[in-house]
Amino acid sequence: MSTVILLGPQQPAPSLGPALRSCGVEGPFTAVTAGWQEREGETGDLEAHLSAEVLDLGLYHRAEDVFRRDRLLALAYRERQVRLKELQRLYRVRLAHALAALRELMAATGAPELLAQARAGALAALRTLDRQHLREVRKRHAEFDAHWQPATRGALAEHIEEIAGLIRNRAALLIAGGHVAILVNRLRLFGIGELLGTRPVVAWSAGAMALAERVVLFHDHPPQGPGDPEVLVHGLGLVEGIVPLPHARRRLALDDPVRVRLLAARFAPARCLALEPGTLLQVTDGAWQAVGRLRALAEDGSVAEVALP
Amino acid sequence: MTRLTERLKGGRISAHDVDRLIRTSAFPLVEPAGVTFVWRGEADAVRLRHWIFGLPAAQPLERVPDTDLWHLFRELPPGSRVEYKFEVVRGGEERWVNDPLNPTVAHDPFGANSVCSAFGYRRPGWTLPDAEARPGSLDELRLQSVVFGDERSLKLYLPARFRRSRRYPLLIVHDGSDFLRYADLQTVLDNLIHRLEIAPLIAVLSDPIDRLGEYRGGATHGTFLAEELLPRLQQELPLLEAPAARGLMGASLGAVASLATAWRYPGVFGNLLLQSGSFAFSDIGPHRRDPVFDPVAAFMNAYRANPGHPAERLYVSCGIYESLIYENRSMVPLFQDQGLQVRYEEARDGHHWENWRDRLQSALSWLFPGPLWMVYE
Repeated sequence: MSTVILLGPQQPAPSLGPALRSCGVEGPFTAVTAGWQEREGETGDLEAHLSAEVLDLGLYHRAEDVFRRDRLLALAYRERQVRLKELQRLYRVRLAHALAALRELMAATGAPELLAQARAGALAALRTLDRQHLREVRKRHAEFDAHWQPATRGALAEHIEEIAGLIRNRAALLIAGGHVAILVNRLRLFGIGELLGTRPVVAWSAGAMALAERVVLFHDHPPQGPGDPEVLVHGLGLVEGIVPLPHARRRLALDDPVRVRLLAARFAPARCLALEPGTLLQVTDGAWQAVGRLRALAEDGSVAEVALP
Repeated sequence: MTRLTERLKGGRISAHDVDRLIRTSAFPLVEPAGVTFVWRGEADAVRLRHWIFGLPAAQPLERVPDTDLWHLFRELPPGSRVEYKFEVVRGGEERWVNDPLNPTVAHDPFGANSVCSAFGYRRPGWTLPDAEARPGSLDELRLQSVVFGDERSLKLYLPARFRRSRRYPLLIVHDGSDFLRYADLQTVLDNLIHRLEIAPLIAVLSDPIDRLGEYRGGATHGTFLAEELLPRLQQELPLLEAPAARGLMGASLGAVASLATAWRYPGVFGNLLLQSGSFAFSDIGPHRRDPVFDPVAAFMNAYRANPGHPAERLYVSCGIYESLIYENRSMVPLFQDQGLQVRYEEARDGHHWENWRDRLQSALSWLFPGPLWMVYE
């Protein structure tokens, strides 16, 4: 049986310690803080909060070392990332139009049955677009892995073996938030999902996003850009049926029923869950349940409490 | 409120009403349609002095009969922010004073003005101190300048969590100390970096010793920035090397100095942030501004004749209530014709520091976009 715990943001007040205690998860801990990029490994606050030693796996800096030592892999990796970036750009172009059409139809008036049909069609097109994009991204990753078999290459293989040993000797793994694309790429590069075994994993913010089936980027009112939620990449899939939305209250217009409705309907049957400070979700063998207060975006445009078991 | 201002306008108000109005209201009285300015006190005449280009500079307040209450209703479009004073005439003496009934003032190098925030204007939250935002640091940087023949004192802003192992974009700010004092630049940078709306950046705040001598488009200032200051910063600080990661910023004459420097050193500064630029120029014959703008017009005319490609991205803004709106609007198509990426914004505001402050989120997030979309802490 595997246990995954998803938490909301750890700022301004961390909830990690109480969450670990309430779920009976004990150390010693390893940690992934690759999302912090150059701040990776600065786990002093974390250790002070937990009153326990935390051993950072150093995935961000290990990747730098791998790319420095294995130039061929580095070039191929960079080329893949350039292609994925271009794929994302093209997806955004289509996404903008698909979302604009759906929003226009949501605001339109007319014969109810025709409108409902048109809206359903536009929503289906949007969902298809997301699925197609995710499939293309997966395909690029699979092609890269099949061709380069990175885990078997000297520098990377050495690190993976070392990381496997570190994980084996600790009771649980913590995955912090930060830059979600970097985080999920590093987790995948070092095959962390395969190294975990049945150890408990505790992840928050971007860490929680990385463990879901797909990573959805979102912000309804950025200072620049359209603010259209977009699918970025497949996650590690340790938890199924949810789209984690850290800082939802701050990042999303939760008082806008149309935006809430579109986001909820777009990814249904997966539940769009607001991960706020203090949120705690326990996942056992892929199935999740809330511990304490949890809110989900609903297809009727509301943001409602998820019923506790 | 509307009823009361109607009564003011109609001149029907008792002494009791005056007392109650003063006691219970915030001044000036703001309504969707406009603003009622109110002055109370003995005077021979009271005039509103404002900085709205296009309206008469002095507008008389009307005395409510048999009271010491004076008032003036002024239509003001929603979202406007206007700075003003009262000119009070008594016994042949004229005094300019801030509105004693209005505690909100804006400071600038010349003192302070009362602030009228019209219906719909709200000070942006990101301009106010945020306890959650980690503060950056501010240190002094001294530099012996050969071209100026003196020692320059600059301020160096390093973002929170600064570390030498990382490389940062660079923003050089003209009139930097004034931006700190009057436009809350440090708070704004701390907040926008904390909110991930702009990239963590290093800002160098530069102050002129002789502003008119240095900021009117002459070559010496550009030499100082590009050939003395920038190499020193590159030597001592972990800066990104691409021009796209460098920017010059300034307001008023500071915008002229920014543009002139980028023009003389194309390919060095990729980003320009130009606010209410004092872009005096003439299409033929002499320009129509004060002679103090002669060097500016000489530069601007030379620039317009041969604009080149001073930068890649420009953020340009101007207040609608400034006389400079004509010049700034005129420059935008010229910038665009040269293939520069231009973001141009107008505000219902004047030639003021708080106008420049309120545009910083839009400007900086356009020129130095942050990782907001990707980072979930």
